[in-house]
Amino acid sequence: MYELIIIGGGPAGMTAAVYAARKKLNTLLISYDIGGQGLTTWLVENYMGYQFIEGRELMQKFEEQVKQFSTDVKVEVGKRVERLSKADGGFEVRAESGETYKAKAVILATGKRPRQLNVPRENELLGRGVTYCAICDGPLFADAKVAVIGGGNSALEAADDMVKIADHVYLVSLTPLTGDQILIDKVKSASKLTIFLEYEVLEIKGESRVEAIKIRDLKSKQEKELNVGGVFVEIGLVPNSEPVKKLLTLNRLGEVEVNCGSETGVPGFFAAGDVTSVPDKQIVVAAGEGAKAALQAHRYLQRLSK
Amino acid sequence: MAREVKIYTTPTCPYCKIAKKFLDDNGIKYQEFNIVEDKAAREEMKNKCNSLAVPTICFDNEVLVGFNEAELRKKLGL
Repeated sequence: MYELIIIGGGPAGMTAAVYAARKKLNTLLISYDIGGQGLTTWLVENYMGYQFIEGRELMQKFEEQVKQFSTDVKVEVGKRVERLSKADGGFEVRAESGETYKAKAVILATGKRPRQLNVPRENELLGRGVTYCAICDGPLFADAKVAVIGGGNSALEAADDMVKIADHVYLVSLTPLTGDQILIDKVKSASKLTIFLEYEVLEIKGESRVEAIKIRDLKSKQEKELNVGGVFVEIGLVPNSEPVKKLLTLNRLGEVEVNCGSETGVPGFFAAGDVTSVPDKQIVVAAGEGAKAALQAHRYLQRLSK
Repeated sequence: MAREVKIYTTPTCPYCKIAKKFLDDNGIKYQEFNIVEDKAAREEMKNKCNSLAVPTICFDNEVLVGFNEAELRKKLGL
């Protein structure tokens, strides 16, 4: 049995691991990847100590620091956690692949993932024109017509990037544009771009590849079909909180509510980073929250052993 | 017999870098195609592998789109 299991290997989880190791806690960090959402951030310009650094490089530095403590922290990568439940003397963590792990205390730091549209053919055409990673797959749609779905900063950035290489860009948003004004101005003045505001996406069409999307005006209910080869879905994020939904009540956004001491209300169960109700989703905030959670878990374990 | 592993990438794709690191760490030799510069490779990936996302990893008759360590381990027999 471990003293502490950290679920998630992003900025919050890795920082928690370093703090736990420095307290000599026998720790397991279990995660699908190392770096989490830090990996999909192209350039980080607000992590103190670096004027700018690629997200991937920053996460490598985090990882190197975790590896300094390999005697105290065991790392299991490539495993998705299915469920966290209470067990004798603490908690049981069950991986999707079937293994179980036990610990006296747990920190959930599983972050968020891209929100899906939940429309027909979205899953079937993933990787065949539907993408949630504009910086990865953008170049594949050079000279094609594409649709960017969303109205926030990620959508506007994707639209701005694609205007430079695509034949035409349709920006489809359920709401008025909500991103930074500087990006809105840039996108509105682009010549190869058409904006559909207050339109919903009804379905994605195509057999083996994306061929079109069907959209509907929220007010007039009029439907339109746009012939596109690519659909960039940029409609925000959802918390990876499914493993704990039976353990406690999530807030209306699906996040784990924590107090200022990273406590969840279930003794011995702490949470940190983007999966929690802490409002600002930033690498520096997640790292700080990870540190707080590990220190709090250490105090909890000390009280437990008395 | 050494199998021929091809990986199609873009320079801005973080998962491509993770996938290459995984192959390197496991001593798997591969050929990399940067599909931003190499238009022939881009067409090959689109048409032969029927993929419009990176990384696309092809070997034998397998096509893996995206980086999924568990699946890659299974298919490569690691």
